[in-house]
Amino acid sequence: MGGKVVTISSGKGGVGKTTATANLGISLAGLGKRVVVIDADIGLRNLDVIMGLENRIVYDLVDIVEGRSKLRQAMIKHKKFNDLFLIPAAQTRDKMAVSPDDMVTLTDELRADFDYILIDSPAGIERGFRNALEPADEVLIVTNPEVSAVRDADRIIGLIEAADKGPGKLIINRLKTELVKKGEMLSSDDVFDILGVTIIGIIPEDELVLSASNSGVPVTLNLQSKAGMAFNNVARRVIGEDVPFMNLDKSPGIFQRLVQLLDGR
Amino acid sequence: MTNLWSRLFGRAKKGSGATAKDRLRFVLQHDRINLPPERMEEMKREILAVIVKYLVVDEDRVEIDLEQRDRTHSKLVAEIPVVNTTNAGARAVNSPAVKADGGYANGASNGAAAQKEEKSTSVDAEVAEPIAGAGDENTVAPFDDEEKDAKA
Repeated sequence: MGGKVVTISSGKGGVGKTTATANLGISLAGLGKRVVVIDADIGLRNLDVIMGLENRIVYDLVDIVEGRSKLRQAMIKHKKFNDLFLIPAAQTRDKMAVSPDDMVTLTDELRADFDYILIDSPAGIERGFRNALEPADEVLIVTNPEVSAVRDADRIIGLIEAADKGPGKLIINRLKTELVKKGEMLSSDDVFDILGVTIIGIIPEDELVLSASNSGVPVTLNLQSKAGMAFNNVARRVIGEDVPFMNLDKSPGIFQRLVQLLDGR
Repeated sequence: MTNLWSRLFGRAKKGSGATAKDRLRFVLQHDRINLPPERMEEMKREILAVIVKYLVVDEDRVEIDLEQRDRTHSKLVAEIPVVNTTNAGARAVNSPAVKADGGYANGASNGAAAQKEEKSTSVDAEVAEPIAGAGDENTVAPFDDEEKDAKA
């Protein structure tokens, strides 16, 4: 069946789904894969600006679905990678303009020519999420080490399992190692204890992520960035490489329970 | 609830991360079975009301709790201490249900309470409860028999 459809979801908004999607897309392309990223957040598109492609949009997802544009016409090629494309969301429509079946049809067409089709799911558990979930072969759930985000992740994991797409894999985003050491933040182990799904990535808090979104150059292209390296490691795990999580906690004893496995090197 | 809060406050010195974990566990337990804490308390009261119709229960020591087995299964665990009433001549135990002076009990446990004794027996109940797919709010999943077998 060719390419693999990977959906990035979270339940809660603002945890870093779009940032994760953009960076995984870039990293996978950097690993030599042919990649399409689809912004499924119709009405609130953002993947285009995170990737720095907002000026090139002519057609969008709804144009494809409603037949105003050929698939290829709506796909925007990335500036740096010849095999990385974006299908932007429509900005003036709502989620009902696209159905889960439409997404299956679209991704089936893309599978023939691409290795990975990443879908950036909107927040929430309604139609937009259903659209993003329906064609998925694998689901990555982005969460922050924080009560409300983990709670919403749990709900999403339940829905993914109910749809037989589960259990999904977890990306813990914006982890602050110093706070975890002080006992003032949930550790990745805590989150794993609570949610019980495999962790595929731990992304440290990194100011460079904001600079990256300011400039529209995803952080994984910045070799100085730990978050960027961590996203790159997630991409390598997605393609099946066995990449170890780096252990950042060097002081044994008091914090033994909070042994922090931090990915990135 | 008071128990929960005192527990959380007790742990607060460990740092807010531990508090977050406790609160998450609590909230997810109820999210996953789609039964909010208030309704859960209501259910406990109803369960107890039924048992009290038949047995003399040491109500102060009743514990009915939800335990998480894994993502999709929770377990309702109840420990309900029952006062043995067959031996005559024993004095009253300090249970509200049977406290009423010198052998006069409330309507529910009537005559039996006249002959109660301090020794109590526990009724342990463990009900495995498969959670219906988290998406289907009101689906009632069939009772999972292998649960019970696994316990044995």
